[in-house]
Amino acid sequence: MNFIRFIKGSIRIILHGSKTYYAWLIFLLVLIIWGGTGYANQLSEGLIKTHMRDSVSWAFYIGNFTFLVGVAAAAVMLVIPAYIYNWKPIKEIVIFGEMLAVCAVIMCILFIIVDIGGPLRFWHMMPLVGTMNFPSSMLSWDFFVLITYFLINLTVATHLLYSIFYKKEYKRKLVLTLVFISIPMAVGIHTVTAFLYNAMPARPFWNSALLAPRFLASAFCSGPAILLILFQILRKVTKFEIKDEAIWRIAELMVYAMFIYLYFTVSELFKEFYSGTEHILYWKYLLFGIGDNHEIVAYSWSSISMGCIAFVLFLIPKTRKNLVTLNIGAVLIYASVYVEKGIALIIPGFTPDVLGQIYVYTPSFTEIRTATMIFSLGFLLFTFVVKIAIAIIFEGYDIDVIRSKKLRTIESSL
Amino acid sequence: MEKNKSRRSFLKNISLATFSALSLAGCNMKEIDEFLQRNFKIMSKKEKDEIVRNLELKYKEKYNKEFHVSDAPAMDGVSFGYALDLSRCIGCRRCVYACVEENNQSREPQIQWIQVLQMEKERGVDFAHSDVHYNPEKVPEEGHFYVPVQCQQCENPPCVKVCPAKATWKEPDGIVVVDYNWCIGCRYCMAACPYGARHFNWGKPEIPEKEINTEMHYLGNRPRMKGVVEKCTFCIQRTREGRYPACVEICPVGARKFGNILDPESEIRYILENKRVLVLKQELNTQPKFYYFFGV
Repeated sequence: MNFIRFIKGSIRIILHGSKTYYAWLIFLLVLIIWGGTGYANQLSEGLIKTHMRDSVSWAFYIGNFTFLVGVAAAAVMLVIPAYIYNWKPIKEIVIFGEMLAVCAVIMCILFIIVDIGGPLRFWHMMPLVGTMNFPSSMLSWDFFVLITYFLINLTVATHLLYSIFYKKEYKRKLVLTLVFISIPMAVGIHTVTAFLYNAMPARPFWNSALLAPRFLASAFCSGPAILLILFQILRKVTKFEIKDEAIWRIAELMVYAMFIYLYFTVSELFKEFYSGTEHILYWKYLLFGIGDNHEIVAYSWSSISMGCIAFVLFLIPKTRKNLVTLNIGAVLIYASVYVEKGIALIIPGFTPDVLGQIYVYTPSFTEIRTATMIFSLGFLLFTFVVKIAIAIIFEGYDIDVIRSKKLRTIESSL
Repeated sequence: MEKNKSRRSFLKNISLATFSALSLAGCNMKEIDEFLQRNFKIMSKKEKDEIVRNLELKYKEKYNKEFHVSDAPAMDGVSFGYALDLSRCIGCRRCVYACVEENNQSREPQIQWIQVLQMEKERGVDFAHSDVHYNPEKVPEEGHFYVPVQCQQCENPPCVKVCPAKATWKEPDGIVVVDYNWCIGCRYCMAACPYGARHFNWGKPEIPEKEINTEMHYLGNRPRMKGVVEKCTFCIQRTREGRYPACVEICPVGARKFGNILDPESEIRYILENKRVLVLKQELNTQPKFYYFFGV
C-alpha cells in the first residue's frame, strides 16, 4: 500500500513539469516513433533491413550494447572515489549513478533484443524455462551478471528514494552491502562482456588479453562524462551541491583512465605492427582500409582525434578547471568512446572475414533509426527517474505534500 | 516423461494467459504449440515422431506435395569423415548448387553452404589473398587452385560452445546440427566459427515450389525460417540412410570422398592412413573431420 502510494506520487511527478520539460518529452516521443517505425519494418522484413550479412554478422547493435554496458559499469564505479575522497553529497551521487546504470542496462537489453533473429524465442536461453548453456556460453554469464546488476541498482536507488519520500531512515546496512556488491559487479559486467568477444580464437582482432582491461579503461572515460555534465545541470537547476573540486577530481580520474586506455592501445598496436603477422590485417582495415575499402577509416580516425583532443583538454590543468573546455572535453570523449565501441571495435573483428573476404559494412538507415529509438527510450526513462529523484531529494516532495494536497482537493470538492 | 508433460502443460497454461493477445492477432493453437515446442535434443522419441509428423502435414498443406521428414538418430559405430582432394578440384562450383538444391537453401536471399575459394598456387593456402567471387569463362584458371570450404564438423566445435541456448550440438556420429525451432538467432556461433560455415536467414527464405526437396530430416534440410542460423550437415537426410552427400555425388572429378572413419575398410580411412592430409586452421584446435589432401 505504502509502495503503491510512492509509485503514484512518482507518476504524479513525471506528469507535471515546465514547458521545456514537455517540449523535451515531445521531442523524445517523436524520435521514438520515428525510430520505432523503422524497427517495425525490420521486425516484419527481417534483419535483412540492416547492413549486416554473413561476413559481418554482428555490427552496430551489438556495438551499442557494448558501449552501454560500459556506461552502466562506470556510473557505479564512480562511487569509489566519491567514498574515498568523501565528496559531500555521496548519497546523491550513489542515487544518480545507480539510476544511470539501471537505464543503461535496460538499453543494453533492448539492443540485444533488436539484434536477435527471434526476439520471441528469448526464453530459450533463460534458466528453467529454456535450456541455458551455462557455464559454457559467455552470453549466459552476461545474462546473469546484467540481471543481477540491474536488480541490485534498482533496489538501492528505489529504496533510498522511498525512504526519503516517507522521511524514514534508510536501511543503512542493506544499502551499504548492496552498494559494495554492485561495485565489483560493475567491473564484472564489463569484463564478462569483453570476454564475450575475447574468447573466440576465430577472431584474432579480439583475441587479446588486453581487451577486457581496455574495455574497463574506456568505460571509465565515457561513463563519468555523462555524470559530469549531469551534476553541473543539477547544480544549476536544483539545490544539489557539488563542489568544483569534486568535478575536477572526476575529470582528473578520467585523465588517468584515458592515459591507461591510450597506453593499452599503444601496447596492442606495437605488438601487432611490430610482429607483422597475418593478424595485422584487421588493424590495417580499421586504420587505413584495405585496397579500395576505406569506408571505416573515417570512423576510426574521428574517434581517435576526438579522444586525443579530449585527453589534452583534460590533461592541462587550465582547461580542466575551465568548465567550458571541460564540458567540450566530456562531450568529445563520450563521442569518441561511442564511435570506438559502436563501430571500431566490432567491424574490424569481422573484416576481413574468417575466409579472408572483405564485406564493407556501414550502418543502414534502419539500424540508425532503431538505435535512435532505443536511445530516446533510454533518455526518456532517465529523464523520468531524474525528475522523480530531484523532486523527492531537493524539492521536498514527500508523503506530507501528497496528504495535504489530497486534503485540499477533498476540501475544495466539498 | 511425466515430468516433461506436466511442465509442458504448465507452459501451455502460462501461454494461454499471456499470449491470448497474440492469438487475437491471428495466431492459432498450432502456432502456439510450435512456439512452446521444446529443444529437440531433450525430446523423447515419441515427441520427436509427433513433431516430424506434424511438420509433414504442415508442408503438405503449404506446398501441396507429399513430404517425408525423418528424425533418424545417429547409427551406432559411425563417425563421419570427409576428405577433399585439392589436386583434383577444378572450381566448377557444381557442389555449391547441388547442395543448394538438396538442402532447400534459400534462393532469394541467396544462401550457400559451400564456398569455393580460388587461391594462387604461388602463395599456397592463403585466405587473405583468396577470392570467392572468381568468374572466368572457364575453370580451372592457370596458376590457381581451389579450396571449397563448408562446415568442418569439428570434434571440438567452437560454435556449440558459445551457443547460449543449446540450440546447436554435435551428434554422436559427429555431425554438428541446429534445431531451427530453438535457435534464437543471436549469431554468436557465426562469430565463433573460424570457417564461415554458418549462415543466417537475414530475410524470409524463398524456395521455388517445384524445386523443393521433399526428402527431409528435422535437423537437416527442412525449410528454415527467417532469423535462424543454418549450416552444412553432411546431408544428414542422406547419410543416415547410407547414401553419399549431394556434393560427393555431383563432383565431376571425384575430388570429394566421404565415409565412416570408424570402418577400417572405408575409403576415408585409406586416405587418412596413406595420404598426407591437412586441416584448415589447425592451430585453433577445432579438430575438423573435414580433411584436405593432394591425391596426385
